Amino acid sequence: MLADARLVAGKDLRIEWRSRVGIGQMVPFAVLVLVLFAFALDPDRGILTRATAGLYWVATLFAGLLAVQRAFALEAAPGVREAMRLSGLDPAGWFLGKAAAIAVQLLLLEAVLGVGVIVLYAADLQGPLLLLATCMAATVGIAAAGTLYGVLAAGLAVRDTLVPLLLLPVLAPVLLGATRASEAALGNGVGDGWSWCGLLAVFAVLYTMLGMTFFGTLLEET
Amino acid sequence: MTTTPTETTPPAPPASSTSSPLTRVLGTLAGVGVVLVAWLGLVASPRDIVQKDSVRLIYVHVPAVTWMYVAVFLCAFASFMWLRKRTDGWDVLAASAAELAALLTGLGLITGMVWGRPTWGVYWVWDARLTSTAILFVLLLGYQALRRYPADPQSRSRMAAVLGLLLVPNAAIVHFSVDWWRGLHQDATVSKIDVSIEGLMLFTLAASFVVMGIVCAWLLVHRFRVGWLERRAERHHLDAALADRQADADPSAGVAVGGPSS
Amino acid sequence: MADAVVLLDRFPALAGVDLDVARGEIVLLRGPNGAGKTTLLRTCAGLARVVQGTVEVLGVDLVAAPRSVRRRVGMLSHQDGLYGDLTVEDNVRFWARAAGADLADATAALARCDLDGRLATVPAARLSAGQKRRTALAALLARRPELWLLDEPHAGLDRAGRDLVDRLVRDAAAAGATVVFASHELDRAEGLATRAVTIAGGQIREDSGAPAGPIGVERAG
Repeated sequence: MLADARLVAGKDLRIEWRSRVGIGQMVPFAVLVLVLFAFALDPDRGILTRATAGLYWVATLFAGLLAVQRAFALEAAPGVREAMRLSGLDPAGWFLGKAAAIAVQLLLLEAVLGVGVIVLYAADLQGPLLLLATCMAATVGIAAAGTLYGVLAAGLAVRDTLVPLLLLPVLAPVLLGATRASEAALGNGVGDGWSWCGLLAVFAVLYTMLGMTFFGTLLEET
Repeated sequence: MTTTPTETTPPAPPASSTSSPLTRVLGTLAGVGVVLVAWLGLVASPRDIVQKDSVRLIYVHVPAVTWMYVAVFLCAFASFMWLRKRTDGWDVLAASAAELAALLTGLGLITGMVWGRPTWGVYWVWDARLTSTAILFVLLLGYQALRRYPADPQSRSRMAAVLGLLLVPNAAIVHFSVDWWRGLHQDATVSKIDVSIEGLMLFTLAASFVVMGIVCAWLLVHRFRVGWLERRAERHHLDAALADRQADADPSAGVAVGGPSS
Repeated sequence: MADAVVLLDRFPALAGVDLDVARGEIVLLRGPNGAGKTTLLRTCAGLARVVQGTVEVLGVDLVAAPRSVRRRVGMLSHQDGLYGDLTVEDNVRFWARAAGADLADATAALARCDLDGRLATVPAARLSAGQKRRTALAALLARRPELWLLDEPHAGLDRAGRDLVDRLVRDAAAAGATVVFASHELDRAEGLATRAVTIAGGQIREDSGAPAGPIGVERAG
């Protein structure tokens, strides 16, 4: 199963590398969102600085949506889905592979955005370890839930509008947790950042398990 | 298309309505119950000192929210059973329960907001209860959206079943995390009905729990039956299509309707 | 398979099909468009939903456990099933490894299909239709399936390509695999096949010969 996961992740990332959609589209999009927020909220530094964590994660979340859509658009090429079903790949492995590829892309995005935020919003990093842990946990959660709901809607033509509708409410707690934890890491939040990080980890583990369980069922005959 | 299915396969006479002795009893109880609770709630029970008449909304709001959770659990359970057994009944039950849940959620949100206006001065506050209910509402709307999409029915049932099953963990996570979040701001208590409930008010509340439960059951039974009949209609369609298909290449042969439609 | 009824989007594409195929046979499926040939092939691959009857492939009951047989079955369908952004090489390697074969098989398959030269590093999206078909064929070959299901394998290929298909099919059957293919090109197809089955309206109308007797692994009803 892990070998299958590695294979699928490798394939997705190789495609990504060849086509450069992630770098070419997702990252500029996310940076653009950050910039637009700066336009919308008066760059009276007060507001932007306080809202930094939230805006960062909203931008990441939207980019995550794109990543999920893209990941399943790959499989929408004629005959590919069927070939995948026919290939005998372990569905749980397939799920892990896809989620891993999405997670990798998101992590890279978050790194870039992190730099963007520090530069554009003059953020001040105080708890790098917490921030790192938060990013990891949140990303895995987003990738896992995204892959699960992505495949759920994947066969449908309305996929593009349905996935956000299904995925965003599910990811609301991730947004909540990641923002609170990041705020604590940036030194301007209340509450215990590590506890929120823990919540993110629970979410990530839960959705990974759920994804591995249900991916196979959802692939059948769709 | 040639002959209609009902002429060639005579099943039980087609139902002309979804009522039955059970639903008539339920319906009557519900009707009487609603009148009784309305009287109790609007007239007989006293006003609250602080909240005055708006406290009467809790007779609708609290039961609605409670039964909403029940409906969500029912949907998840039915989805789980469908994944195990793959029979139509569980699928229809899940769909009906989800619709009921969506209805109750909407009701809970609206009553919550209407109650909020005179109490807090605004229609919406970001307190734990309202926020997590709102997210649950969106989750349920997503479920409805998935159900409505005219995909291949078997796939649709499968996708909806997984989604339905996931409703419970999602709702739980949302509820828990939002509670925790708002707990930090000590707003959580605002949505708790702080009135000291006793006497007639308590009785009315209990009565309205029961009555709302009966109304929900009545709605659920009818909705389930409608869904069930829809499935039966699809089966007949299959038989007719099967017959047509066989006649496709062999027009001279008699039309033999295909095997058991289980 | 016995009395199999297969639904395609609520439409009964196969309406009661009985078919027995023995190992090593090369079976041609022929019939008008819409007769159910593609659906029959897909059913054998475990990709279609059987609502009635039984289907057993390579000794495995497909209705109960559709997934278990997939690594041993290879299908060439109308659609290529190739990732446009990956090169020919990458595609064949991926599909081979997904089915449990190793890189050597993939390389050998590429060579046999004349894809190991300049074409190997071309992204699949830039290939012509015939070249894509050959790539899909190589992907199938690399998996070394026990059952080959080919949906109009000659379509879209040039003369050399069609000869390649015939060679591959004969070699595969000689090595013990079973081949079932659908085709409209009856001259070439009939020369290739050991048995011909005609389908129309979702049912079998003619069958040029049931197998002589159970030989090793067979599909029984």
